[in-house]
Amino acid sequence: MSDTTLAGTGATRTYRDYGHPLWRRLLVSRESAVILLLLLVIGVAMLRVNNFGSPLTMTYLLLDVAPILLIALPMTLIIITGEIDLSVASMVGLSSVLVGILHQGGLSIPVAGLIAVIVGCIGGAINGFLVTVVGLPSLAVTIGSLALYRGLAVGLLGTTAVTDFPQFWTDLAKSKIGGTALPSIIVPFLVLLVVFALLLHFTPFGRGIYSIGLSSEAATFSGVNVNRTKFILFVLAGAVSAFAGIYYTLRFGSARGDNATGLELQVIAAVLLGGVSIFGGRGALHGVIAGVLLIGVLGSALRLANVTADVINIITGVLLVLSVVSTSVLVWLQNTWQKSRRSARNRTAQHSPH
Amino acid sequence: MTISPGVSGPAALELQNVAKSFGPVVALSSADLTVQMNSIHALVGENGAGKSTLVKIIAGLYQRDAGEFLLRGESVDFTSTAQSKAAGIAVIYQEPTLFPDLSVTENIFMGRQPTNRFGRIDRKRMRAEVQELFARLSVRMNPDRPAEGLSIADQQIIEISKAISLDARVLIMDEPTAALSGVEVERLFAVARSLRDEGRAIVFISHRFDEVFALCDTITVMRDGRYISTDKIEDTSVNEIVRRMVGRDITELFPKQAAAIGETVLEVTGLTSAGVFHDISFSVASGEIVGLAGLVGAGRSEVARAVFGVDGYDSGTVTMGAKRVPRRNPVAAMNLGLALVPEDRRKQGLVIDSSVARNTTMSIQRTLTRGGLISSAAENAAARIWASRLEVKTNALDTVAGTLSGGNQQKVVLAKWLATDPRVLIIDEPTRGIDIGTKAEVHRLLSELAGQGLAILMISSELPEVLGMADRVLVMREGRITADISRADATSETVMYAATHATEHAK
Repeated sequence: MSDTTLAGTGATRTYRDYGHPLWRRLLVSRESAVILLLLLVIGVAMLRVNNFGSPLTMTYLLLDVAPILLIALPMTLIIITGEIDLSVASMVGLSSVLVGILHQGGLSIPVAGLIAVIVGCIGGAINGFLVTVVGLPSLAVTIGSLALYRGLAVGLLGTTAVTDFPQFWTDLAKSKIGGTALPSIIVPFLVLLVVFALLLHFTPFGRGIYSIGLSSEAATFSGVNVNRTKFILFVLAGAVSAFAGIYYTLRFGSARGDNATGLELQVIAAVLLGGVSIFGGRGALHGVIAGVLLIGVLGSALRLANVTADVINIITGVLLVLSVVSTSVLVWLQNTWQKSRRSARNRTAQHSPH
Repeated sequence: MTISPGVSGPAALELQNVAKSFGPVVALSSADLTVQMNSIHALVGENGAGKSTLVKIIAGLYQRDAGEFLLRGESVDFTSTAQSKAAGIAVIYQEPTLFPDLSVTENIFMGRQPTNRFGRIDRKRMRAEVQELFARLSVRMNPDRPAEGLSIADQQIIEISKAISLDARVLIMDEPTAALSGVEVERLFAVARSLRDEGRAIVFISHRFDEVFALCDTITVMRDGRYISTDKIEDTSVNEIVRRMVGRDITELFPKQAAAIGETVLEVTGLTSAGVFHDISFSVASGEIVGLAGLVGAGRSEVARAVFGVDGYDSGTVTMGAKRVPRRNPVAAMNLGLALVPEDRRKQGLVIDSSVARNTTMSIQRTLTRGGLISSAAENAAARIWASRLEVKTNALDTVAGTLSGGNQQKVVLAKWLATDPRVLIIDEPTRGIDIGTKAEVHRLLSELAGQGLAILMISSELPEVLGMADRVLVMREGRITADISRADATSETVMYAATHATEHAK
């Protein structure tokens, strides 16, 4: 059937790849807006906030946001499919406790870490099973597993903490790359970033993620395995959360059941700020990275300027609400503009009949 | 062909030259309907003839663009369903919407419960009124039971009771019997007749001619949004009505090129899904276009979805050549050379918010990868080929599919599936909602594809399309295949008859 054409319908059409020129596509996007805002905040903070420009600030900033950066990767993919995973921070806690207990029991850190990551995969698989096979909404499922995994974590270790980790590992978690101010945790993050960016933006699997988010039904009719895709993403989220839990434990040298409580909301806030639609189907990883860094930089700069934690929370909250509202406002503006342009065109068409 | 009213005085309901358009789509161009009091009036027509639009105008859901609307001789303009209800019009839909947790009585009095002098709901009075109502309609039902779990027939009775308690003078029943069993239909008819004898006017919309002829005294035929005829039921016949409903010269519209019919490619045997379709067996050969006709709701799309694997089924087999197509696995079906252009273009056929390029290449992404990775450049190259072959009208490949016209959207869906180089194409309503020009293009394309050896199963509710395009016509009625008619024997009468009558298996 390769030579099928509609016979006798005249000349073939030509098609441009894009309706708008490159600069416009690059500039007029949520991702660019977030990146610009991030640069702006960095610029202002450099000029106005004492010590913000020092290398130490950047090191601590990155050490602090590393768990959010890591978990934001799978979270972005999950939210683009239109689902959500609220259990990630509890998985960080569970993984932290497991590393602590297993190390206390005599296992080396790498073995304990590996077991924690496997448990992370299992936890993610439970979420994925309940969402895809049982067919429950992920919001409900992961509220449940948020409580379950946190409960397990606290139950296993009680209110005590494991703190006697080998200095080699705790130092490694806080170490910097060579003589730079960049912490070593950036290396595994960059590796994962490349993996997730390729997966989301350059594979059929990633194309499927977007089409599931835009229309799960149309995706099914086109041969996208919706359930398998979602299941894999939940497993990935569990695994990455468990890895973040290991880092969290070693960085603070402390395994506790309540580690990283509430972190899931920071992750989701950053993902949404980075331009991912909570309804699914839209978003890109570079925007999400900028979103995470924006929240981190803003917090760090304001702390250095002696702004209290409550005020920082208020500012971050307002920023998030504005970013969500701005999407609707932009759509509204675009529609009004197109409508007025169309009616203007109709008017000229009426004036000049041909 | 109009008849003079048998009763003196103004008609209960009179519509003249009513027109209604939705954007460029003309749903009604000039519809007439005159219903007398003391009458049960049938309104018939093919799918898309405009019956539902007319009912919605009467119900106050839509406002007419032009024409007259008289109620008992007085001109009315309804801007809401509440106004229409207040004027004594009640519409009983195929599937009533009741509050499942409330009792039968509470449902009947929803929104207008009588109160006693303390402002509390007067349950005793509600109950008494309902019992009186049920006695009048000879209905036996416990007024205190919850609506949950009632059969559709009982739910309809509740809707009718509600209408009577509001003293509706005109009752419109939109395909009320579609989901009813024989006994339930009889009970509904008894109720309808007693309402007629009370002096009310009833409009009865149905595709089942045996029921229409058993119940109604007058019949109005609509076609393509127009009034065709009104007759007394005893002056006409089923064949006459069917001919008027279809009434077009068909064969010249869709010239199908003769294609060499090869060996059987798709074979479906005994496919059954409880309550949806039953014992479906058919085959489609290379080069053959098999039409699947029937009324909306006959189960045609459900069969297509099950064959392609989007839905499951209980028993039966689907084979392509010698290979079994597994259940519930669209990917495997695609790999075996099966393609499905689904019924709902905007929800199932396309990711409507995605670009033309992404939509076109959705089904072939795996073939566009290099080392497992896919690039926009590869997608655009493939999409460009298919967009130009089908002449999709757009400037750029990143145009959002939802902004294209219906016809161009359908071309994108076709492009997406032809790109997989299928051996069997199932196409559900190939030309629904698309303009005449594109319609002809799609027909020519299907004809050409069959000529190149593609096996095509075409589901269509448009009889002219089926008769013009198909080498063979299968007719489904209520989940079963009721006829398998060769091109030579297929006429609008034979197909329509099989679609509306409980004929024996014609195989």
